[in-house]
Amino acid sequence: MLRLHFRPCGNYRERYEQEMTIFETDFGRLWMGVGIVIALGVVPFLASPYMLYILNNMAIAAIAAVGLNLLIGFTGQISLGHGAFVGVGAYAAAVLATRVGLPFVVAVPLAGLVTALVGMVFGIPSVRLKHLYLTIATLAGQFIIEYLLVHWESLTGGAEGIILPEADLLGLRLVSDRSFFCVLFLIFVFLTWVAVNLVRTRYGRAFVAIRDNDRAAEGMGIPLFRYKLLAFGISSFYAGIAGALLAFYTVSITPEPFTLFLSIEYIAMIIIGGLGSISGSVFGAVFITLLNESLSWTAEFLMNTEALSRVALTIAPLREFVFGLIIVLFIIFEPRGLAELWRILRASFRLWPFAY
Amino acid sequence: MKAFRGQPSIFASAQPDQRLAELEVKDLSLSFGGLMALHRVDLRVRTGELVAIIGPNGAGKTSLLNCITGYYKPQEGQILFNGEEITRLPPHEITHRGIGRTYQNIELFPGMTVISNMLLARHIHCRYNLAPASLFSRRVRREEVRHRRVIEEIIDFLEMQPIRKKLVGSLPYGLRKRVELGRALALEPKLLVLDEPFAGMTLEEKEDMVRFLVELNEAWNQTMILVEHDMSIVMSISQRVIVLDFGKKITEGPPQEVQDHPEVIKAYLGDTSTIG
Repeated sequence: MLRLHFRPCGNYRERYEQEMTIFETDFGRLWMGVGIVIALGVVPFLASPYMLYILNNMAIAAIAAVGLNLLIGFTGQISLGHGAFVGVGAYAAAVLATRVGLPFVVAVPLAGLVTALVGMVFGIPSVRLKHLYLTIATLAGQFIIEYLLVHWESLTGGAEGIILPEADLLGLRLVSDRSFFCVLFLIFVFLTWVAVNLVRTRYGRAFVAIRDNDRAAEGMGIPLFRYKLLAFGISSFYAGIAGALLAFYTVSITPEPFTLFLSIEYIAMIIIGGLGSISGSVFGAVFITLLNESLSWTAEFLMNTEALSRVALTIAPLREFVFGLIIVLFIIFEPRGLAELWRILRASFRLWPFAY
Repeated sequence: MKAFRGQPSIFASAQPDQRLAELEVKDLSLSFGGLMALHRVDLRVRTGELVAIIGPNGAGKTSLLNCITGYYKPQEGQILFNGEEITRLPPHEITHRGIGRTYQNIELFPGMTVISNMLLARHIHCRYNLAPASLFSRRVRREEVRHRRVIEEIIDFLEMQPIRKKLVGSLPYGLRKRVELGRALALEPKLLVLDEPFAGMTLEEKEDMVRFLVELNEAWNQTMILVEHDMSIVMSISQRVIVLDFGKKITEGPPQEVQDHPEVIKAYLGDTSTIG
């Protein structure tokens, strides 16, 4: 009979395998299973299209944020070009789907690979540059890609963008928010699981080593440049997948969303979620997406209120202000982000009524 | 330490050719601008030896180690390890060839636990690739378990059981030095290079460290190069002593001989013949 262990009040592990599991207890595993079943079996049928739209945006943002956290949070290479990489993924998918005529299942992973290559090219400066200097180099990457998306009209269609064909998954037409939700959610779960696996193997350890002390990492036999490029590649792969999914989901794409502000939004997600934490990236993506929605909802509400519409016009640009404020508050009060808050919350439930 | 929890010890069961460590440094010169850090240094280390390098501050001891482990690129000369030239290879390549080291000012990863720090050193012994790792396949899991077992053996040997899950940043200095030795051992190096492993330790910590090093050398036939200032330790554990002063090798030989060598006394105490 399968025996579940819910709350071990001590360390009863007997095998090294037990130290490598993702969840410490069967309780976590069980809830994850229940969560996935609810998300796939219940949510799509109960949620309104608007809710599903938000959830879909969350899933896409979370995929990109997980990738960015592998690069910034784990490897310590700060990149300001992630928004552009998402754009590369979106355009790669659009071009592959329209010009080459590839189906959804092939175009999305290929777009990921194309973006990984582009990301690795823009990661090359990391061989010489560190910290702030590298950040500025990736900022240059952001602007170069933005420029290309607008001006390479023969490929990208310039400011008009590209309209994608309908996505179909092995004969199933993906047109509704509901069917997209199922696909996006599964891809998100799979990619998050992959990221967790990478983190608990030699790749994740090498990334953290490069972040913490690159001199010693080199002494431990880790080729720094190859691993930095690998981190850029993996991170951009995630960005590319996110971009490709976004392109198929929104059907038409323009260069407009893939600006520096999008890059900063992703950085905000992982700072607020928790640097160096996979679950944190997801929390951050959820938080920022909700924040975006509630801010635009508030603005709309004020606009529609006769007496306040003037005020609304003046405070509409406050979006950036609120963003900045929240990042600053997190850095001051909880630098380890939502992931840490979640850990504290869980711990206090487990230890209650004791304070330790 | 012939067995570890019923299974053969990783270290005791190493084949003799896995332990082969013949280092040869020929005519090595290194300068920083106009400053000559090393001047035509020759040195040989044979398998199973424990060689100490001593010399006053600024004599070029650490520079020599940094040349051997690839951190500095010497302008002239050759370094051969097991017959292969490693002179200007990058540090990670040299680690792959079997030279592991510790650093003068501990270079650990403070935000990681003792176990993670040591697991990191198993990097060069991991055989799986990106694809199986990203799916955490059964083979990857088995390999990770094997690495963990190696780490646990080293933890037992260095008596670090109580601290294995502590963050390295929270440990006192002496223990960090021990963790760093453990991490270097996790590389399973053929040649172990230790840069001042006793600096800043209390007497008890030094005694422990001496015990570990002597056992490593005698029981496991670990080849070692040791840079150290504590003369009583150097003289009691090393088989051969090499003395550097101002980037030049003054002399080398068994500890007793070196101790009484007039050039060495001059290097450490100054020229006494002019006094009086």
